[in-house]
Amino acid sequence: MTLVSELVAALDEERVRSGGLERALYNRDASIMEGRAGVVCFPLTTPEVQAVVKVAAAHGRAVVPRGAGTGLAGGAVPVGAEGHEPVVVVTTRMNRVLEVDAHNAVAWVQPGVLNLDLSRHVAPLGLHFAPDPSSQQACSIGGNVANNSGGPHCLAYGVTTAHVLAMDVVLADGVLVRLGGLEPEGLGYDLRGAFVGSEGTMGVAVAVAVRLTPLPPALRTLLIGFPTVEAAAETVTAVIGAGIIPAAMEMMDARITKAVEEYVHAGFPADAAAVLLIEVDGLEDGVAAAAAEVIELAQARGATSVRMAADAAERDLLWKGRKSAFGAVARIAPDYYLHDTVVPRTRLAEILARVYELADANGVAVMNVFHAGDGNLHPLFLFDRRRPGELDRVKAAGDQLIRVCIEAGGVLSGEHGIGLEKRDYMPLLFSPADLLAQDSLRDAFDPSRLFNPDKVIPSGSRCGDLQSVPPGVWI
Amino acid sequence: MGALEDFAVEVGRDDPVAVRGGATQWDVGGPVHPDVRIVAAPAGVVDHRPEEMLVRVRAGTTMAELAGVLDRAGQMVPLDPADPERATVGGILSVGRAGLRRLRHGPVRDHVLEIRYVSAGGELVKAGAPVVKNVSGFDLVRLLVGSLGTLGLLGEVVLRTYPRPRAGRWLTGPAPALPGQPLLGLYRPSAVLWDGGRLWVLLEGHPSDVDAQAHHLGPAWAETDGPPAVPVGGRLSMAPGRVATWARDHPAGSFLAELGVGVVHLSGPAAASAASEPAVAELNRRVKDRFDPTGRLNPGRMAA
Ligand SMILES: Cc1cc2nc3c(=O)[nH]c(=O)nc-3n(C[C@H](O)[C@H](O)[C@H](O)COP(=O)(O)OP(=O)(O)OC[C@H]3O[C@@H](n4cnc5c(N)ncnc54)[C@H](O)[C@@H]3O)c2cc1C
Repeated sequence: MTLVSELVAALDEERVRSGGLERALYNRDASIMEGRAGVVCFPLTTPEVQAVVKVAAAHGRAVVPRGAGTGLAGGAVPVGAEGHEPVVVVTTRMNRVLEVDAHNAVAWVQPGVLNLDLSRHVAPLGLHFAPDPSSQQACSIGGNVANNSGGPHCLAYGVTTAHVLAMDVVLADGVLVRLGGLEPEGLGYDLRGAFVGSEGTMGVAVAVAVRLTPLPPALRTLLIGFPTVEAAAETVTAVIGAGIIPAAMEMMDARITKAVEEYVHAGFPADAAAVLLIEVDGLEDGVAAAAAEVIELAQARGATSVRMAADAAERDLLWKGRKSAFGAVARIAPDYYLHDTVVPRTRLAEILARVYELADANGVAVMNVFHAGDGNLHPLFLFDRRRPGELDRVKAAGDQLIRVCIEAGGVLSGEHGIGLEKRDYMPLLFSPADLLAQDSLRDAFDPSRLFNPDKVIPSGSRCGDLQSVPPGVWI
Repeated sequence: MGALEDFAVEVGRDDPVAVRGGATQWDVGGPVHPDVRIVAAPAGVVDHRPEEMLVRVRAGTTMAELAGVLDRAGQMVPLDPADPERATVGGILSVGRAGLRRLRHGPVRDHVLEIRYVSAGGELVKAGAPVVKNVSGFDLVRLLVGSLGTLGLLGEVVLRTYPRPRAGRWLTGPAPALPGQPLLGLYRPSAVLWDGGRLWVLLEGHPSDVDAQAHHLGPAWAETDGPPAVPVGGRLSMAPGRVATWARDHPAGSFLAELGVGVVHLSGPAAASAASEPAVAELNRRVKDRFDPTGRLNPGRMAA
């Protein structure tokens, strides 16, 4: 039987797509990279995922797990030579919350459940799923697990790995394993921890046990305007230095603030060079004290405006401003390239100055909206891919950005992952021995290299050859 | 040469070695083969950055020494070993068992940002990085925590540090049965312990919030100096939701359960835990095989 007919036999006709146009929808994720999907499958159940994996393996086809396709590092972009394009396993129809245990604050969910849907589902119980990527309306829990995703509130609550207790995973031989468990000290290695952040290279997560977090009884949301970017960055450093860990501490520069204001009319200060959106949460007195101290630290650094959300509606509006940033940019630029690096948070002011410099030097417009509290930069380079040379200048600026951050003691990615985008930069951060160790882990899970080949770890021959992407991928 | 390079040379690449810290949890994972060469990781706090909220420390450093350095800046790492004078950072991470404040502060694995270890091949390998957020590559840091030194020998690590809570109060109250709400309606308490007859609660945070939460517990509760003596006969790990059923067959006072966490300390020995499912055992075996093909690192110990 052919690949397609075997897949149809395992699922059904409607959920196996092999037509050119339909496949093309799955050639990309939210990055600018493009590959080629072989066949696209939409399983509903774990046995269906197992069947698809076995069929693909028998036909020598790679398997690319895919959630909502909002990844920004090319993680879900299918890579394979012509005639050997991967089978893409899309989890969006595995979107049920399987079980919620409110007493013990855990839930089992299918991987295609959307991040925000989960938090909405458990909100009546006074709980939420703490990792809140800006894409939370669209991204899946399976994608969050695979990328170990972060979000504004991960500053105090920790990224996805701190909120995932266990998952059921289909391995390359079709076998189902449970990694981790609800018990605190399981036997054996932390295979759960090893799988989180594996970017689809070790197996398909088909069910995930997540830890739920109580909604805070008190919170304050502050929007503070500053006369300079440095003053805002120094305030971030000062707040952390004072021993305050806000739930979230986000920065937006004047350019992005203006774009957002024109888009959502949230009353962001038009005259500020930068704003900080800071939220503190917990119990009432500690929250009130922390908010007062944050305001004092900001004013000592020249804050020009301080606005505290008076009620839930105002809080939602301020957060809408932050979370609409990418939508706002999409209105004013045909294309944008969203970067993701981390630097020590005491060096934000200095590194941001370098970011503006290198953008200027390359003739590229840049905007900054990012998770300042943990030093996680997200410069947004605007461009128009129809104009010759623009994308090349954006790539040059991105290359310099990465090098500046690594030199400052930072890392390649804080939350979007390595995927294809940064694979060939890995040697900037890791020695050959370090990379070999990471590859050994992958090899233990997937000795046949069935899942998501060519991602994350540069293959030996490519180590010195930065900027290369595998054949069949277009940027 | 630096201390780490010296350690790598000492570990070498050929003969079986076991690494010893303070030997406070030496029996976890089973006995090492008796005739292996014993090595010790280098010690010393290398660099504390209070304003970055992280510390670089060598694995052989005792928890007491580390805590002393952090304390001077008003910070802490909530690893909470039972014997901080002897327990080393490397030992705590390799065993991976958290102390009594795990409920609020999280498991050991959540506090580790970077690990430099000596591989079975005698090479220095780096996992992770000294920043608080990082998804650059596969997460070897989580894999190494709790691996009992069977995948690599820890040389130096970077840990997250945290501001010391401004106030902390232990309270105790009667509880013959497990409370219907395991966390007693408190907001993120640091510990809730139960011995089948009494409860102990640790509240940490802003002083007046702590007082308000203490008040919420009601008049039957009294201030106490600290947790009760923790039984050391055995240790069980179970889904927190299973503690109630388990406790039905165990007399009050014969155990101390960490509610909301699922660790149960026993005065008598713990029954051997059930083996992993075959597919999981196979994965563990493959991981061990990739990282230590000749089985020279802590032979005899079984994390799997
Ligand atoms: C506007 C915008 C804002 C964003 N903001 C943030 C942010 O604040 N923080 C953040 O961390 N990210 C952010 N992202 C990136 C992205 O949303 C996250 O990485 C998200 O977790 C990806 O989820 P997804 O379902 O879209 O995964 P996909 O893009 O479909 O896949 C991502 C990776 O996960 C793998 N994968 C997916 N499902 C599974 C599964 N079930 N089993 C195994 N592997 C799987 C894929 O193979 C791929 O490698 C943003 C993206 C956009 C477009």
